[in-house]
Amino acid sequence: MTSHTPLLSLTDITKRFGTLIANNAISLDLHQGEILALLGENGAGKTTLMNILFGHYVQDEGTVRVAAGGDVMTTLPPGSPGAALAAGIGMVHQHFTLAENLSGLDNIRLGTEPLLSFGRRHAARAKVEKIITESGLDVDLDRRVDGLTVGEKQRVEILKALYRDARVLILDEPTAVLTPQEAEGLFAVLRRLAANGLGVIFISHKLGEVLAVSHRIMVLRAGEQAGELVTAQADRRAIADLMVGKAVAEVTRTPGARGRALVEFQSVSLGKPGHRAALHGVSFDLRAGEVVGLAGVSGNGQSAIAALISGLAVPDSGTMRLYGDPVTRADPRRLVAAGVARMPEDRQHDGVVGTMSVADNIAIEEVRSPGFSRYGFIDAKAIRARATAAIAAYDVRCPGPDAEARLLSGGNVQKLILARVLERAPRVILANQPTRGLDIGAQAEVHRRIIAARDRGAAVLVISEDLDELFALSDRFLVIHAGEITDAGPAETLDRATVGLLMAGQTHTPETLAS
Amino acid sequence: MDVLFDIFGSANFWAAAIRIATPLIFGVLGALICERAGVLNLGIEGIFVAGAMAGWLAVYLGAGLWGGVLVAALTGAAFGLLHAFLTVVLGLSQHVSGIGITLLATSASYFTYRTALPDVSSPPRIVPFQSLDLAGLSDLPFFGPVLFSQTALTWLALLLVALVAFVLYRTPLGLSIRAVGDNPASVEAQGLSVIGLRIGAVVVGSALMALGGAFLTMSAFDAFFFGMVNGRGWICIALVVFASWQPGKALLGALLFGAFDAFQIRLQAEIGQVVPGQVFLMLPYLLSILALVLVARKADYPRALLQPWTKGQRH
Ligand SMILES: Nc1ncnc2c1ncn2[C@@H]1O[C@H](COP(=O)(O)OP(=O)(O)OP(=O)(O)O)[C@@H](O)[C@H]1O
Ligand SMILES: [Mg+2]
Repeated sequence: MTSHTPLLSLTDITKRFGTLIANNAISLDLHQGEILALLGENGAGKTTLMNILFGHYVQDEGTVRVAAGGDVMTTLPPGSPGAALAAGIGMVHQHFTLAENLSGLDNIRLGTEPLLSFGRRHAARAKVEKIITESGLDVDLDRRVDGLTVGEKQRVEILKALYRDARVLILDEPTAVLTPQEAEGLFAVLRRLAANGLGVIFISHKLGEVLAVSHRIMVLRAGEQAGELVTAQADRRAIADLMVGKAVAEVTRTPGARGRALVEFQSVSLGKPGHRAALHGVSFDLRAGEVVGLAGVSGNGQSAIAALISGLAVPDSGTMRLYGDPVTRADPRRLVAAGVARMPEDRQHDGVVGTMSVADNIAIEEVRSPGFSRYGFIDAKAIRARATAAIAAYDVRCPGPDAEARLLSGGNVQKLILARVLERAPRVILANQPTRGLDIGAQAEVHRRIIAARDRGAAVLVISEDLDELFALSDRFLVIHAGEITDAGPAETLDRATVGLLMAGQTHTPETLAS
Repeated sequence: MDVLFDIFGSANFWAAAIRIATPLIFGVLGALICERAGVLNLGIEGIFVAGAMAGWLAVYLGAGLWGGVLVAALTGAAFGLLHAFLTVVLGLSQHVSGIGITLLATSASYFTYRTALPDVSSPPRIVPFQSLDLAGLSDLPFFGPVLFSQTALTWLALLLVALVAFVLYRTPLGLSIRAVGDNPASVEAQGLSVIGLRIGAVVVGSALMALGGAFLTMSAFDAFFFGMVNGRGWICIALVVFASWQPGKALLGALLFGAFDAFQIRLQAEIGQVVPGQVFLMLPYLLSILALVLVARKADYPRALLQPWTKGQRH
């Protein structure tokens, strides 16, 4: 399967951002037909390495070489995505690089035709359609990208690479935003592509899928090359040890003390009736000292529930009560003051202000309260002091309280948000996709903090597509499908298959059918 | 009611509407190209002045009319290059740079005019573009006087609407410009140069803006006055929003504005004794604000408008 010369070879790549060494002398080979998994904690330097390979970043040292036929390898000029593309390297970025105002087809064509030509759209479509048939990457090519689902956007990204006859495909955390079904579909495609001779590098934090799909695993740790494993001979423990340098402690959950209802939904409806993402008369409650897991395929009404609990919306009909009183006005500030904590789904967008400092981001929800302001003026000294303490307590890895939030890696942004919302001992916590894109160490840390908040008496709602996560955290399960909620009962009485069926919209579980 | 009939029924009125719209068509197309690529160009007002002055001066000094048009376009392109350098290459604030360009271009034009013609008291005249009467078509009833009383520059403006629309929607260049104004990362990831595309768009867009100015001194009038641009550039900035960044709607918006303006002049003549003249002067601006209020809420902004791009940065 593998020929002698690799498809791609990185030698001693080093990249520094100021004093931070994001990559330190990393070398890597990729062969034809091989699926290489690149693992490492948040901020380990995975994306940076791939960005260098693709020419987005310019390395400080080292070379990227690609096979040029026979045994010859040519060196890619640094900092030129154009050269990387021409050499057959395709990349699906961690954050999609699509123009949302163009159709999928136009995004695929972009940059492939002479700028002042016309009339080539037809030929382009024919080629893309052929690729779609061969690969099974089905998308509506004529729809504007802002109308596509996340899974479809990703398929457009892969088609972009295949359309340019890529020989190397890089995918940066492709499954972080996919439903389990979509991820399965993606793996089937990747296997087929590899069997056809493509080399694939894929980055993931989910060890299960890494073990299932990859042939070889390379681990980065704090910018260093921590080690390489052949997947067939690896297991979770070995990988985790390499990634973190120590064993990751399992989070344990002791039975909680369920208290009174803090949040109650009574026949709440919100959004266009008949719409999949709208809520249709849902009723449930969240009780003190309890973690409720809301399972469901995203886009089934989870965002509406999140918007209600964060105070961004009020029900169209029905009532939502907080501590027994109906909430009648969309007023996030009042809810925050009343002790509702919110970890938003899109933390980069809705969780932090990227251009503001870490310290300001920690203070942002409470700038008016004493301790952050005095006589109506912001108390910068107090904010910095609080931030410095929070950075230490929550292990937010950043240059300091004055660093801009946009420079933090995903895991560290989440820790920053945890520091902001948990420091004030909230009574209700909304955790929306709390560990999406986080490494296993950070995941365990977030889980530990959530359980600790529950033990302190908070009511927690965890919204997630990841069943492993939900089973690790939840005392009780709700399942949402097409805007309706089923109370699935205590976690102990459930298994993955049952929840999976409810998520797919089957209200009759195998047990009820049998009885 | 009769008054309105008289006004809207006269070929004269429609001819004036198109004439008033012409500089706006150039300006709004120019602003549209810049903004589609993600760069707001508030230098437009000053670039109008510079185009008006440079084109006129070139002709006054002996160049042909089309030579003057070329000089105007190059002057606009030069200011566009400056704006692009400040905002695209250096990533400075587009608002600040744009206002700066307007101040610079305006005063540089006045300065040049004064130093080139130190002794004149009344503005000297040139022989401007004459109406383009194709094969006697101006004898057609109604449409003859409306269309064939226009000069070559008006026809150029109309042609440019079609050309810009074609480039924007039918060529890979247009695709890239629309993409770079929506998400620069999409363009960079496909191997194109974000900086190059944006510089190009700003330079070409600014050249078009200058043609709007040149129309004033070389077609609508035959001389250069201080203050003759009189806010037309700003109107174009509003019209782009009104047009949702689409060339066809931009033409429509410019024509509407031209019609309102022509209308108020005539209405003033008819009932000017009753209502103060300032009210009429206000009318087109008032209506354009109203139109903006109605349209702009749903406007499909280029998402990356105003956002600088630096290679190798997290965005
Ligand atoms: N453009 C940049 N400027 C400054 N620092 C940066 C830049 N890009 C990345 N970094 C820093 O480099 C380090 C490595 O980041 P990188 O994005 O490669 O991590 P990662 O392994 O992909 O993490 P994750 O799993 O969270 O995606 C981080 O500390 C990050 O803050
Ligand atoms: Mg990354």
